[in-house]
Amino acid sequence: MGEIHEKYLRMDKMPHIWCAGCGNGIIMGAFITAIDRLGYDKDEVAAVSGIGCSGRITGYMDFNTIHTTHGRALAFATGIKLAKPRLKVFVFMGDGDAVAIGGNHLIHACRRNLDMTAVIFNNHIYGMTGGQFSPTTFKNKNATTAPYGTTDPDFDIAQLCIGAGATYVARGTSYHARLLTDLIVKGAEHPGFSVIEVITHCPVNFGRRNNFESPAQMLLWQKEHGVAARKAKTMPLEDMEGKFTIGELYRSTEIPEYLEEYGRVIQAANEEKKS
Amino acid sequence: MAEAKLLSGNDACVQGALAAGVRFFAGYPITPSTEIANAFARELPRRGGIFMQMEDEIASMGAIIGASCTGTKAVTATSGPGFSLMQENIGYAAIAEIPCVIINVMRYGPSTGLPTSPSQGDFMQTRWGSHGDRPVIVIAPYTAREAYRETGRAVNLSETYRVPVIVLMDEILGHLRERVEFRDEDLVQEISRKGPEPGKPFLPYENTEDGVPPFADFGTGYRYHITGLIHDETGFPTNNPVEVDTIMRRVNGKLDMHIRDIERTRFVDADDAEILIVAFGSVARSAHEVVRTLRNEGKAVGMVRPVTVWPFPDEDIRTAVAGKKAVIVPEMNLGQMVREVERVVAGAVPVHALNRIDGLLVTPHEIRDLVEDLL
Repeated sequence: MGEIHEKYLRMDKMPHIWCAGCGNGIIMGAFITAIDRLGYDKDEVAAVSGIGCSGRITGYMDFNTIHTTHGRALAFATGIKLAKPRLKVFVFMGDGDAVAIGGNHLIHACRRNLDMTAVIFNNHIYGMTGGQFSPTTFKNKNATTAPYGTTDPDFDIAQLCIGAGATYVARGTSYHARLLTDLIVKGAEHPGFSVIEVITHCPVNFGRRNNFESPAQMLLWQKEHGVAARKAKTMPLEDMEGKFTIGELYRSTEIPEYLEEYGRVIQAANEEKKS
Repeated sequence: MAEAKLLSGNDACVQGALAAGVRFFAGYPITPSTEIANAFARELPRRGGIFMQMEDEIASMGAIIGASCTGTKAVTATSGPGFSLMQENIGYAAIAEIPCVIINVMRYGPSTGLPTSPSQGDFMQTRWGSHGDRPVIVIAPYTAREAYRETGRAVNLSETYRVPVIVLMDEILGHLRERVEFRDEDLVQEISRKGPEPGKPFLPYENTEDGVPPFADFGTGYRYHITGLIHDETGFPTNNPVEVDTIMRRVNGKLDMHIRDIERTRFVDADDAEILIVAFGSVARSAHEVVRTLRNEGKAVGMVRPVTVWPFPDEDIRTAVAGKKAVIVPEMNLGQMVREVERVVAGAVPVHALNRIDGLLVTPHEIRDLVEDLL
């Protein structure tokens, strides 16, 4: 264990509950490395999570941490940020959390543009409950609730967030760990709502049922299918078939941050009070 | 304080909450509670507070819990369908012991029901609406004046005992406007949750003697963990049966330790009454009218009115009904509070339910008819 781990993790809570070969630890490592690089005081960071394997991350990190209800992490986080804007608020969700049960909260968080950073662990499966397909499971994959293969079309989380109005959207993977740290740093520094979708691997509940022989093979899949967004722009569309873009996908500074706008409301209310 | 105002029940709730120091509101529009959101939207920014219109009631409940984690006093308001949606997060606030207040202006249900006729159909849901055993305080005012004072008290009880508190209004009470003359006893105090003791190690879910652990606001240097998983005194998940049993008994038992502070029951001519009416909320207005009229005619009728309806005032009811000829429980539902009254009375006195579910208020006339039959 390195210095960063000792500094930011609750080492007395180890070992964690994640399976051997799980990608969640890589994401947690990338995140605390990002916090270290950002130089945030641990007392000033609030980490909010939902339910599922990803939800457990808050218990392992030494910040103000809250493990909320399934799908509702963004709602809790919204209350924290609005009530104490000084805090740096990070929200951790799984794909089920973010785009199934909590989909409504996600699109509205994107629309409002409150200065928080969401990290979405997209492992394309419900892991904690033992491998049911999620809204991001690709077509014709196997899951316990799709014994004959999935038929549902899947969501592209990053595109969904761009469409809903998020002002910083990036996609990383558990393979490209250093890139992931960079993206989290940039997302945190962005004044507004930022989303970092992380394509990660669940070897036990996704890989095993879908012809991946090992966690390493799943990481290699990410390496082979993740194409830098800048490079993807120059590639013929058919070469991108079955692949996904990684890196910074969208950034806008045109839409004002929510609390800045709310300042206007407070000003107007006070002027009315005086008159 | 002796200033007269024309206030609706809903507006009075907002004034009471603001007086108790509420600076955060998150909600979603729903009749007949919407005026509460409207008033908070107008008043909170003037006080440096935050009004937030969320995407639904689930998010509203989540947002007030989040705000409360920072030490900010937070409220939401809703009605039937929205109140049902809030139940999971109310359970969360109960087990994570995060103070918050929910104003539920009852409407006719189930489902979309009869928009928007009054009802008292949520009496049991306020107590038992979430999965698992959870504590809750429920307060049911019956006038605009009381809505002011009791919403203030709801905020303070929530802060003091780290428990969700529900202000149980109904459509009639929410929408009626009446002259309110505030007196000294209506003054709302500002009470805040107790914080960690400096110099003492902080245990966020300490098994304290008074049953209520200290609360550290997020961003004050105490980095701890909050979870809806059953946790030990440190706040981290446990499945050790002894620890699970300890916290569940403390969290669910803490209100019993302070029951005299939490309960508030009002008596009208109850001592020498032969017939006793037990009523709450707007139905108690009808019952009160019956007592007034019949007493003028020399008839021995009285009323017991639980203001704190949960925890149910067992002792007050048991004492009040002793030796009576009969008890009447009028309600705008098919009989919810009457089950509690029957449990407490335990057959000592006949208990008569008087129920209306046609979307109209139980009138003084029909209560009076039953009283006269029984006298």
